[in-house]
Amino acid sequence: MEELRCKLLILGAGPGGYVCAIRAGQLGIDTVLVESENHGGTCLNVGCIPSKAMIHAAEKFHELTSAAVGGDPLGLSATAAAIDFSKTQTWKNGVVTRLTKGVTGLLKKAGVRTLLGRAQFLDGKGVEVTVDGTTTRVRAEHMVIATGARPTELSMLPFDGPVISSTEALALDQVPGRLVVIGAGYIGLELGMAYAKLGSHVTVVEAADQILPAYHKDLVAPVAKRMQALGIETRLSCKAQGLTADGAGLTVEDASGTAEIQADKILVAVGRTPISREAGLERLALDYDGDFIRIDDTCLTSMRGVYAIGDVTGEPMLAHRAMAQGEMVAEIIGSHTRVWDRYCIPAVCFTDPEIVTAGLSETEAKAQGHEIKTGRFPLLANGQSLAHGREDGFVRVIARADNGLILGLEAVGQNISELSSAFALAIENALRLEDVAGTIHAHPTRGEAVHEAMLDALGHTLHI
Amino acid sequence: MGIFAIRLPDVGEGVAEAELVELHVAVGDQVREDDVLAAVMTDKATVEIPSSVSGKVTWIGGQIGETVAVGSDLIRLEVAGPGNMDDAPVETDEAFVPPKQETPSPNPEPAQEAAPTPEPSPAAPPPKQQPPLRPAGERPLAVPSVRKRAREEGFDLSQIKGTGGAGQITHADLEAFMSGVAATSTGGGGPDLSVTEIKVAGLRRKIAERMSAANSQAPHITIVEEVDVSTLEELRAQLNREATDKEAKLTVLPFLMGAIVRAVRDQPALNANYDAEAGLIRQYGAVHIGIATQVDAGLMVPVIRHTETLGLRQAARELSRVAQAARDGTATREELTGSTITITSLGKLGAIATTPILNLPEVAIIGVNRIAMRPVWNGTEFTPRQMMNLSCSFDHRVIDGWDAAVFVQRLKTLLETPAMIFIEG
Repeated sequence: MEELRCKLLILGAGPGGYVCAIRAGQLGIDTVLVESENHGGTCLNVGCIPSKAMIHAAEKFHELTSAAVGGDPLGLSATAAAIDFSKTQTWKNGVVTRLTKGVTGLLKKAGVRTLLGRAQFLDGKGVEVTVDGTTTRVRAEHMVIATGARPTELSMLPFDGPVISSTEALALDQVPGRLVVIGAGYIGLELGMAYAKLGSHVTVVEAADQILPAYHKDLVAPVAKRMQALGIETRLSCKAQGLTADGAGLTVEDASGTAEIQADKILVAVGRTPISREAGLERLALDYDGDFIRIDDTCLTSMRGVYAIGDVTGEPMLAHRAMAQGEMVAEIIGSHTRVWDRYCIPAVCFTDPEIVTAGLSETEAKAQGHEIKTGRFPLLANGQSLAHGREDGFVRVIARADNGLILGLEAVGQNISELSSAFALAIENALRLEDVAGTIHAHPTRGEAVHEAMLDALGHTLHI
Repeated sequence: MGIFAIRLPDVGEGVAEAELVELHVAVGDQVREDDVLAAVMTDKATVEIPSSVSGKVTWIGGQIGETVAVGSDLIRLEVAGPGNMDDAPVETDEAFVPPKQETPSPNPEPAQEAAPTPEPSPAAPPPKQQPPLRPAGERPLAVPSVRKRAREEGFDLSQIKGTGGAGQITHADLEAFMSGVAATSTGGGGPDLSVTEIKVAGLRRKIAERMSAANSQAPHITIVEEVDVSTLEELRAQLNREATDKEAKLTVLPFLMGAIVRAVRDQPALNANYDAEAGLIRQYGAVHIGIATQVDAGLMVPVIRHTETLGLRQAARELSRVAQAARDGTATREELTGSTITITSLGKLGAIATTPILNLPEVAIIGVNRIAMRPVWNGTEFTPRQMMNLSCSFDHRVIDGWDAAVFVQRLKTLLETPAMIFIEG
């Protein structure tokens, strides 16, 4: 058996793993990166990127069909809007391939050795990787577990036939006529709304009494309204029971009893499960929090020299968190002094309208014992939003009452996700309301709403 | 709801206290079972202290750098169930031994009087020296570049006061703190991160090798004894007054040399070399006294040969000559080798006691400590006496404690009654 030796061995080439590898390579650390599929992980291959491409295509098509219906307030009209969905998929796959090839190139440039094969953990210092039937043993001083997560499967609705996960939902060869989405979290709604725009009749089934249960109802309301406008049926406090007897639909149950929903495809989007107890990982002496690998503030696990980053380490399961962890761990292994000391991890929900949050929500801030004040500015008073024909949404700031320290920022609105960097910058740099209020925001942009929300909290908003 | 105390566990190996070296929680933090709360360091190892329960931190019993007694409360948690404070074995502030050399706290409470019997007291918080920099549970605020810099320079932001409007720690605050720390530790300016590498060579390397060899080969036994040198000092002063201008002033050393000559006459085993390889002890008739001498390059031991043939003033002259020769670098090989016993004296720097290291293959070394006026009980009253300690080390492989003690006692007697040094018989 061939044996490889290295200083750093990274398992999984998702955003956490590949960033860790690139940074390690830059630092001159002898690094081996093992991935069983394509570089880029869920994010680039079957998550963030393809879903954004799909959402973009859906929006374009929706604009066309709206124009074709007539009565477009902008005066646009079109005839017989059509979509060649297989071409859409080809285009989307092209975007994905460009990015994953780009990652492969970056890894090469950083001098990272990559192995494409399935790894089996031997112990805290090594794995066996099987590539085309040949097994290589890799031994390392340090190991980073970046194995990620996969869509959670429901026992009564295993992924098969019409029952699909987000991965398959992004790779359908045609737009399903009737799509049922189980789970009104961000993955379910992003895809559900995209398919609604592409022409599917979409029904969303959610066990909680609100869509996007993790978000404040004020942020969710514009999304719910838009879903309604798109003809999406929403069944709240409703539980999926299983396929109907003929397999052509979903049996659900709510307070009023059992019902059947006809479906061509059933998308199960009830969350993601960390890949943390298989491929030999279960033999390591790792501590867990549920199914997540427990880490300290340097991403070190309970085993010396074994780090874990990304989705396998817990919520929030976000690519940018994994990337920041990966970068940090590479630097720690490169003998830099680093610990996880970030104040916020912004999160975006690419529904229509988009939701962006950073820092604490009002509820969380109060729960932490803060006396708070809030400021809010509706997008209906924002010039850029009106000029884009969308006035739904708002920006809100949550700050400490005593000194104005910004604790949280949140917004809902079309294309509002771009504010995430401004939000994170404000919180990570411990800015106060006055700091942002004293910053000139360009006109006409949606950023002005951030400025105005600060002014509102300070009691002197200008444009409302 | 109850209060649960996490106590410093018995970290084993007879350790009674340990230094708090890491604190992972702050008051107000929620902790889960098995979370690491703190780490303590004993002489032997650093031990992490996990939480045995889940709860909210309400009290932390010490700061990093403080010494914590085994069994004392380290951290108290508010827990859902009943606490364990009722069965507190030790519940006193005495649990925290203040670091040695710390100025006494202005607090007049008997916190320093390490009570031998722990007295149970109600759960009163320990006296706090200063108002906290920020409310409990609140993290220090700083922009990422300040956080990174503090971490790399090894400073804990939670110790630093922030001057920003929301208490943010600015670069200037960090710099002020760093220079403040530097001022208290090195006397001013910014932290000095310089490292000077000095090649250990020449005489220094020789000294290093000989010292390690002596220390590792010979098990030392050191005896410290006090000597009343009032009479000797009187005699010395008188002799110095009578001396002609040409003659060097007498120090204590020539008297000590005379005393050694007298003492080894009765105990020749002390004036010897031990050749461990040959399995031989060589006792010498001659008394060649080595004098440990500080020269610019380090420590040298010039030798006064045949001290047994020298009178007091001769010995003084010879001592002065060989010491000067060593300092000038003109000492001959003969003058630097062949000693049979050595004296080490630091003069006015001589301290109260020292632990001299043998000049192998010799078996005895006589350390002279400084003379000081001390009150001595003479049976009816305290009288001021000039006292000097002798710290003498012996090669315990060949010199037993008994013989060593007899030798030191003999030196004491001779020096306390200096006439005996010069009386034959």
